[in-house]
Amino acid sequence: MKGLRFSRSQLCIPYAVFLILFVIAPLVVIVYYAFTNGEGQFTFDNFINFFASTNTLGTLLYSFSLAIVTTLVCLVIAYPTAYILARSNIRKKYVLLLLFILPMWINFTLRITALKEILSLFEGNISSYPFLNSVIGMTYDFLPFMILPLYTSLQKLDNSLLEAASDLGANKLTVFLRVTLPLSVPGIISGVTMVLLPSMTNYVVLDMLYNSTYIMGSLIGSYFSSYDWNNGSMISLILLIIIFIVTLVTNRFSDKDANNRGAIL
Amino acid sequence: MKKAFNIIWLALILIFIYVPILILAVYSFTDASMVGGNISSFSFENYLNLFKNEELRNMIFGTLVLAFVCAAISTVLATVGAIGTFYSKKLPKTLINTANQVPVVNADIVTGFSICILLIVIMRVGKDTFIPLGIGHVVLTAPFVYLSILPKLKQMDNSLYEAALDLGATPAQALFKVVIPQLIPGILSGFMLAVTLSLDDYFITTYTKPSTFDTISTYVVNATKGSQTESKTALWALSTLIFLVVIAVVIVMNVLASKRGKEKK
Repeated sequence: MKGLRFSRSQLCIPYAVFLILFVIAPLVVIVYYAFTNGEGQFTFDNFINFFASTNTLGTLLYSFSLAIVTTLVCLVIAYPTAYILARSNIRKKYVLLLLFILPMWINFTLRITALKEILSLFEGNISSYPFLNSVIGMTYDFLPFMILPLYTSLQKLDNSLLEAASDLGANKLTVFLRVTLPLSVPGIISGVTMVLLPSMTNYVVLDMLYNSTYIMGSLIGSYFSSYDWNNGSMISLILLIIIFIVTLVTNRFSDKDANNRGAIL
Repeated sequence: MKKAFNIIWLALILIFIYVPILILAVYSFTDASMVGGNISSFSFENYLNLFKNEELRNMIFGTLVLAFVCAAISTVLATVGAIGTFYSKKLPKTLINTANQVPVVNADIVTGFSICILLIVIMRVGKDTFIPLGIGHVVLTAPFVYLSILPKLKQMDNSLYEAALDLGATPAQALFKVVIPQLIPGILSGFMLAVTLSLDDYFITTYTKPSTFDTISTYVVNATKGSQTESKTALWALSTLIFLVVIAVVIVMNVLASKRGKEKK
């Protein structure tokens, strides 16, 4: 090791090269493929194919509705759960929190298999309720990712602010609506981004629950199967733009600490 | 009254989360061919099949090797990268941090598809070499390792490294004997996170894997489409085993963490 001289900042070079080659370059390639045809000529056809077809626009709409409903259901379930966990004085509440987010570490395809068996038990033929089942499946898959950031931000809440509000005459509902809720917005935003984007793309959940309607992810899947890289790239680019917009909007509010998929480990 | 409501709410959510997994666990110990079907006897057959059936055995082994090898590569790459970036000037730091966020916020399906296009379609790297698959999993996991090391670097006392140099250590010695030991908790949790992310991945794997290779995720998804009862019921056993392993790991990690906490006091 002696004689090896380097400054610490040079250590970033391998990682920087890796990021350029395998993170940035693939995105550049996606943009190139999105605006060329099979022969490599520049074209807007892929773009027009997407926006002129009622099929693909319907897919976009269906993706949005499924994603928004899933996110709302997750929020409605996760907020009270995180609130109770973070604000109550249950002993060992950390262990209880672990119980709620532990499924995060079990392979999601296996969990969806388990859910599918239970749904078939209740519904008989599960393909009769495709939208409902997809919402249930995605909620089942993504709930821990909503609970964790909400818990983190509610946990950090300064108790003296709540006491001050009630001392100044606010009733419990007002304290919640005017103090707790606004202060937990970063957690809500983090949770929403963790659920909203995956539920637009995770078509495996739909496939496994026999929902044959396409979402944005399924389009990429089907273009992949038919070796149509150009149209697949266009869908990827559209998703990238949606993700970019969501990230821009949410970065202003988001809670840096809460935005980590495995923060608890 | 309020407390009772809280407990009932938490219990209901836990039931929603765990009933499917637990019912599958119960059925995994029987000879039933479907959940809710006839149970004529108690049986370990499903568990034995996981080891006897070559296809299943290879698939489980392959998934684990892929996860641990890629997590190890990611951990080395991202640890060195995080140290280097932390001491870099503002511009490279901002650029690397931003590029690092890309796979974190991006949809896995777009990451997978873009790597597939760059490596397989354009550079013609054979899927059978496992190189696209390996790179895909490193791209998925390294940014999360990077993010779990960053806070430890911020907490670190900068003067220790300088002191080591003043006392005659080479930069490499100072790095290995002073800097890295202080980052161990971050490196470990980053590695664990990388393993779980890789084990859970479906999309990057599908778009980059050799056609004869399956991970747990891709195998499960294919199995739900087919009707092979033997492998279907063996997957119940796999799900139960993974559930038990996750519980064991979480317990061990928390016992270790609380021990560390006590030693510090």
